[in-house]
Amino acid sequence: MRNTRYAVAAMAAAAALTLSACGGDSGSDSASGSADSGSGDSIRIGIKFDQPGLGFDEGGSYSGFDVDVAKYVAGELGYGEDQIEWIETPSAQRENMLENDQVDMIFATYSITDTRKEKVAFAGPYFVAGQDLLVRSDDSEITGPEDLNGKTLCSVTGSTSAQKVKDTLANEANLVEQPSYAECVTAMQGGAIDAVTTDDIILAGLASTDANKGQFKVVGNTFSEEKYGVGIQKDSDKCEDINAAIEKMIEDGAWEEAIKKNTEGADYTFNADLNPPTMDACA
Amino acid sequence: MSQSVLFDAPGPRARRRIMVGNILGTLFILALLALVVYGLAEKGQFDAAKWNPFIEGRTWEYFMLPGLLETLKAAGVAIVTSIVFGLVFGLGRLSSVKAISWVAGLVVEFFRAVPVLLMMIFFYQFLSKSTPVPSSDVPFVAVVLALTLYNGSVIAELVRSGVFGLPKGQREAGLAIGLTRSQSLRIVEVPQALVAMLPALLSQFVVILKDSALGTFIGYTELLGYARRLASGEGNILPALLVTAAIFIILNMILTFAAQRLSRLLGARAGALLKTDEAVDPEGVPAPVR
Amino acid sequence: MEGFLELFGEYDVVGAFWVNIQLTFWAALWSLVLGTILAVMRISPIASLRWFGTAYVNIFRNTPLTIIMVFGTLALWSQLQVNLSGDFQLNFFRLAVLSLSVYHAAFVCEAIRSGVNTVPLGQAEAARSIGLSFLPAAWLIILPQAFRGAVAPLGNVLIALAKNTTVAAVASVAEASGLMKTMIEFRPDLMTQIFLTFALGFVLIVIPIGLLTTWASKKLAVAR
Repeated sequence: MRNTRYAVAAMAAAAALTLSACGGDSGSDSASGSADSGSGDSIRIGIKFDQPGLGFDEGGSYSGFDVDVAKYVAGELGYGEDQIEWIETPSAQRENMLENDQVDMIFATYSITDTRKEKVAFAGPYFVAGQDLLVRSDDSEITGPEDLNGKTLCSVTGSTSAQKVKDTLANEANLVEQPSYAECVTAMQGGAIDAVTTDDIILAGLASTDANKGQFKVVGNTFSEEKYGVGIQKDSDKCEDINAAIEKMIEDGAWEEAIKKNTEGADYTFNADLNPPTMDACA
Repeated sequence: MSQSVLFDAPGPRARRRIMVGNILGTLFILALLALVVYGLAEKGQFDAAKWNPFIEGRTWEYFMLPGLLETLKAAGVAIVTSIVFGLVFGLGRLSSVKAISWVAGLVVEFFRAVPVLLMMIFFYQFLSKSTPVPSSDVPFVAVVLALTLYNGSVIAELVRSGVFGLPKGQREAGLAIGLTRSQSLRIVEVPQALVAMLPALLSQFVVILKDSALGTFIGYTELLGYARRLASGEGNILPALLVTAAIFIILNMILTFAAQRLSRLLGARAGALLKTDEAVDPEGVPAPVR
Repeated sequence: MEGFLELFGEYDVVGAFWVNIQLTFWAALWSLVLGTILAVMRISPIASLRWFGTAYVNIFRNTPLTIIMVFGTLALWSQLQVNLSGDFQLNFFRLAVLSLSVYHAAFVCEAIRSGVNTVPLGQAEAARSIGLSFLPAAWLIILPQAFRGAVAPLGNVLIALAKNTTVAAVASVAEASGLMKTMIEFRPDLMTQIFLTFALGFVLIVIPIGLLTTWASKKLAVAR
C-alpha cells in the first residue's frame, strides 16, 4: 500500500512539474504581449519563417526579399532594425492575426484579394508575382505550362495552383503533391519530377539557396498575377506612409538590389511589364 | 512461453546449420542495406554538404533543439491533459448513474474512432476563426486538443478495464468499511488499477510523442517542422528526416525501457491483483497502438 | 443545410473514403504477412534473424508514421526510382500501402508475439516430442493457436491502421483527410458539419471492425 501511495505521489509530482512548466510559459507570453502594445517603441512584423529567399528563419536572424522590404519600410516609419519584432504568420492565420492585433504589418507573400480586403487592409503592392515553373537548368523543353503534357509537376499538398495548370493548360500532366516545396526540389534533383509550380519569386528563392544554386531555373513565363501587398489592420493609418516608403525604396534602387540579392543563382529575372509595381490607392 | 521451448538445444549439426543461417541472414540484410545506401549515394544523398549541417552547433542551437523542445512541450502537456481526461471519462463510464456512463461511453468511443490528423486539421481551422485563443498559440492548442481527445479516450478505456480487472473483493471490502460506491472507486479501486495500468499508460505516451509530429502539417513547428525548415535552406531533406527519425526512436526507446522496468517492478504485485486475462504481459508492454 | 448538400454534390466524399478503405485493406494484408514473418523471426533459433526482427520492431514502432510516409515517396520513388506501377497515381497509392504495411507490421509482430505468449508450454513440448522441427512446429502448432489468441490485439492494430490511412495525404494520395482540408478551406462557414461528416465516416468504418474483432476473439479464443 505504501508503494502505491509513492507511485501516485510521483505521478502527481510529475504532473505538477509539467503543469508548472507550461504555466510559466504562458505567463511570459502574456507579459511580452502587454509590453508591446503598451510602449510602442517597437513594431511587430509578420513574415514567413520557412520560405527561403522571401522570409526565412536562418537560426536567430531572418533573410529574404520580404524581410528586406519590411526592414526598409520599418526604417522609413522610424523603427531601427533592433526595434523590429519578427513574428511568424502562416498563410491560414494572416487575417486573423491582424484582426486580433497580434501583428502590425505583414510581409508574407500576401496577395491582395477582394475577399481578404473584407477583413484587412493592404498597402503596396511591393511586388507583382505570377505563377511560374521551376525546372532543371539544363531543361530546354519546358518553356511554359503548355509543355507540361506528359511531364510530372509538383506542388504542395492542398495547393490549387497545380490543379489549375492541369485543368486549363496541360491536361496530360502528372501531378505530385508533397508536404512542402523542399521535398519537390529534392524530388526534382533526383530526376523524378520535371517542374515545380507556384509564384515565380518563391521559386526563385528556392532555387537560390546555397544547396540549389545553379541547378534550377525559373522559366519566366508567368501565367497569373499576384500582387503582394503589406497587410495592415483595417483602421491602420500607416497605409500612405508605407506606400511612400516602398516608392522611395524603388526609386533609390534598394528594391531592385534586394530582389537581385535574394534570387542570386536562380537564373531569374522578374516580370518587368508589371514590376516595379505602382501603388494601389489607400482605402 | 519462453522462446527456447520452441526448439531443442541445437546439436553439432544444427549448430552448423544455424551458423550458415546466421551468415546468410546477415548477408541478405547487409545486401539490402547496401542497395539502398548505394542508390541514395548515387543521388548524392550522402554528400558531405548534406550532412555537415548536423555537426554544426548552429543547426542544433537554432533548429533541432528548439524543435525537440516544442515536441516535448506539446507531448508533455498532452500527456497531463490526457491523463486528466482519461480519469474523468474512465470514472464516468464506471458511474452507476446510467446517463453519465452512457454519455461518457459515447464520447470515448467517438474520439477513439476519429483519426488524430482529422481532429488537428479541424481544430486548427476552427480555432483560427476568431476564437479567444491567440493566433500564435492556435497550432499548439489544436495539437494538444486532438492528442488529448484521442489518447484521453484510450486512457479512459485503460482505467475502465483496469478497474474491471480488479478482484471483486476490493470493492466489497471498500463497501464493507462504509465507503460509498464512488468513494470506493476513488480511494480503493482506481489507485490500484492505475498502478496495474502504468506500463500500458507509459506506452500510450510513446503514441502521444509520435503523433505530435502530425502537428507539422497544421503549422505547429516541432522537431519535424524545424528539421524541414532547416532542410529547405540546406537542401538536405532526406538526411534531416533520418536524423529526426533517429531522435524520435531514441526518445521512444527510453520511454519504452522505462515502461518495461516499471512493469517488472510492479508486475509481480499488480499482476497478482488482476484477473489473469487482464494481466500485463510480463515480457514487456502491451503493444502501443496509435 | 442546403449549402451542405450542395457541397457534397460538388466533392466526391464517398470516393475519398473508398480510397481509405482500399488503403486499409491492402496494407492490412501486407502488414499481416510481413508481421507474421517478423514474429517467426523473433522466436526462431537463428540469432541474426531474432536480432533483425527486434531491430525492425524497435525502429519502425518508434518512428512517426509521417516520416516513414514522406520517406516512402521521397527516398524510394524520387531518389531510388522505385515504381510499383506503370500508372502514375496508382504508384503513389502502392507506395502509401508499402509505408503503411512496413509501419504496422511492427505492431502486427508484437500482437502475434503476445498471442504466442498465450500458448501453453506443453504445446511446444508436445510438438517437439513428436519430432517436429522449428518451422513445422511454429507453422502447425504454435501460430494457429497464437493467431486465435491475438485476435483482439490484431483488431486494435487494424483499427489504428484504418485511421492512419489519413496520413497518406502527405504521400500524394487523394484520400479523406486531404479532401476534408480542401473542403474546409473553400467553405469555412460549414466546417463543423464537414468535420462531423468525415468523423462519422471513420466511426462507421472503425466501430464494425471493433465489434467484429471482439466477437471473433470470443468465438475463436482457445478455452484453457
